Amino acid sequence: MQPIPRRAPGRLSPRAALALGLALVLLAFVWGSTQGAYAITTGQLWQVLMQAVGAVPAPENAPEYLVFVNIRLPRLFMGVAAGAGLGLAGALMQGLFRNPLADPGLIGVSSGAALAAALTIVLGMYWLPDLPRTLGSWPLVTMAFSGGLIVTALIYGLAQADGGTRMGLMLLAGVAVNALALAGLGYLNFISTDEQLRNIQMWLLGSLGGARWSAVALVGGVVAVACSLGLALARPLNAIALGEAQAALLGVPVERTKRLAVLVTALAVGAVTAATGIIGFIGLVAPHWVRLVAGPDHRVVLPCSALLGATLVLVADVVARTIVKPAELPLGVLTAFIGVPLFLAMLRQFRGKV
Amino acid sequence: MSAKPLPSGDPLVCDQLGVGLPGRPLLATVHAQLQPGRFTAILGPNGAGKSTLLSMLSGQRAPRSGSVGLGGRVLGRISAPELARLRAVLPQETAVAFDFTVQEVVEMGRFPHRQAPSRHEARIAQDAMQATGVAHLATRGVNTLSGGERARAHLARALAQIWEPRPDGATRWLLLDEPTAALDLAHQHQAMALVRRWAVEQGIGVVAVLHDLNLALRYAHDVVLMGAGRCDVGPTAQTLDAAAIARVWGVQCSEVRASDGVAQFLVAAG
Repeated sequence: MQPIPRRAPGRLSPRAALALGLALVLLAFVWGSTQGAYAITTGQLWQVLMQAVGAVPAPENAPEYLVFVNIRLPRLFMGVAAGAGLGLAGALMQGLFRNPLADPGLIGVSSGAALAAALTIVLGMYWLPDLPRTLGSWPLVTMAFSGGLIVTALIYGLAQADGGTRMGLMLLAGVAVNALALAGLGYLNFISTDEQLRNIQMWLLGSLGGARWSAVALVGGVVAVACSLGLALARPLNAIALGEAQAALLGVPVERTKRLAVLVTALAVGAVTAATGIIGFIGLVAPHWVRLVAGPDHRVVLPCSALLGATLVLVADVVARTIVKPAELPLGVLTAFIGVPLFLAMLRQFRGKV
Repeated sequence: MSAKPLPSGDPLVCDQLGVGLPGRPLLATVHAQLQPGRFTAILGPNGAGKSTLLSMLSGQRAPRSGSVGLGGRVLGRISAPELARLRAVLPQETAVAFDFTVQEVVEMGRFPHRQAPSRHEARIAQDAMQATGVAHLATRGVNTLSGGERARAHLARALAQIWEPRPDGATRWLLLDEPTAALDLAHQHQAMALVRRWAVEQGIGVVAVLHDLNLALRYAHDVVLMGAGRCDVGPTAQTLDAAAIARVWGVQCSEVRASDGVAQFLVAAG
């Protein structure tokens, strides 16, 4: 009896895929540390790191130190958290819908957050004129996060039938409610002042620019919890690839898996979107690439999508803040500009496998 | 978990089991004990309720009336994870999302055992693939296979699910819905011989929906004959004869003997 190779030809082993993902995040992080409106050389970076950990006394007012610790580092960590959350959520949704076209936006979390953010920007001026309403400010973050959760809960509720969650219903309810939220957003655009309109547009295009350590801690915490809950769904999601009925016959708690996956997605994408605005395409693209390179096993796809998502956001953010410096391009524009052509190139290369 | 050990050799008991879809007329009432260690074929014309009966035996669908019992317990009272360690179900067709390989699909059959894996866990998927003749396809994407190869890959998954005897000696069940529909002549007989051997040698209860009466005559110990408003259960040779075929399917058959002495039917008139 000849030994059977365990892995399909052309696929990375799970260990190699995870190692590659980690290496890419680290590389992007180091590269992102040096680039920006205020460039820091790798030599300076080392020095600043030594100062930051207290190995070398820190000169309190050295510009590279201040820029790095107060502005760049929180921004990089926010990028990691945002990319990881979006990548993981995309993989969860594609696994749950059994469809590689699924995107975290399907369950309404992004449009709900956007509607709530626009409401806060436009109507907040009349109700609570003293609160700050710029991207990353607390009232806006709280409102957007709540809005995302509420709209997701609504769509999840609409998808209940015969004592279970129907994914087909959820898809249709998602399309309908997303359209409604978009219409609400359009109306708010219509009644807004020019300044409000610009704030809404900046929010919709996404940016890591407003990242502060406090927001990083919050978003990072939520994404970390989401990751630990989400990664535990890997084997149930593998079985769900056989269809929900088959998974149930294998003893998979299908309803519980759906509920958890939707909750984890709403939390992660809600927190990320609330803090950074809408960063598109990461959740769609990252899981695809991972599956093409390492196969569809969710034990690999979930963690590697988080790692690749983090890498993509870090890289896109470097480009966003250097390509037109000292100004900044909106991040959401860049994730689409970078993500989509690479995605299409991949699709062509692996035509037969998709 | 309140896992009361099932004594070995427990039948699958259909107690005045009403077969039918909710809101539709009742198709049949089945009163029978399906025995472990035997291959039982469910036979009948299209729409007679064969697949519905199978889905009630698997616990997937609740009985319209009556009950299904396993080991002295009502099937609906056994938790899904525990049931998944006792019985495997092969549906007519499984559409697998994403580009999973045959090996990965077969390993999914081991999901119910993830918390108490076998000492031979690494070998089980391999052995199951050998058993159904798909080991050479292990690293192929399951969606790139022919229909017959795919059916054998899923049969291997079902076998992997109940590969080893339960530590408490509980009977394992293999429920198959038209397992031979996509298979060529040779593989039809190989698959039927395989599951019959499993039944006889390992004491597994095999229940299969079949359309090919001659396969049932050759391999099934017992038949459940559904149709024409009744349901007959009994040993194959006594239950499935030319008169029964004429009554249930309205087809005239003559009985012939294959060269090995097994009775087979030839259709004589429509």
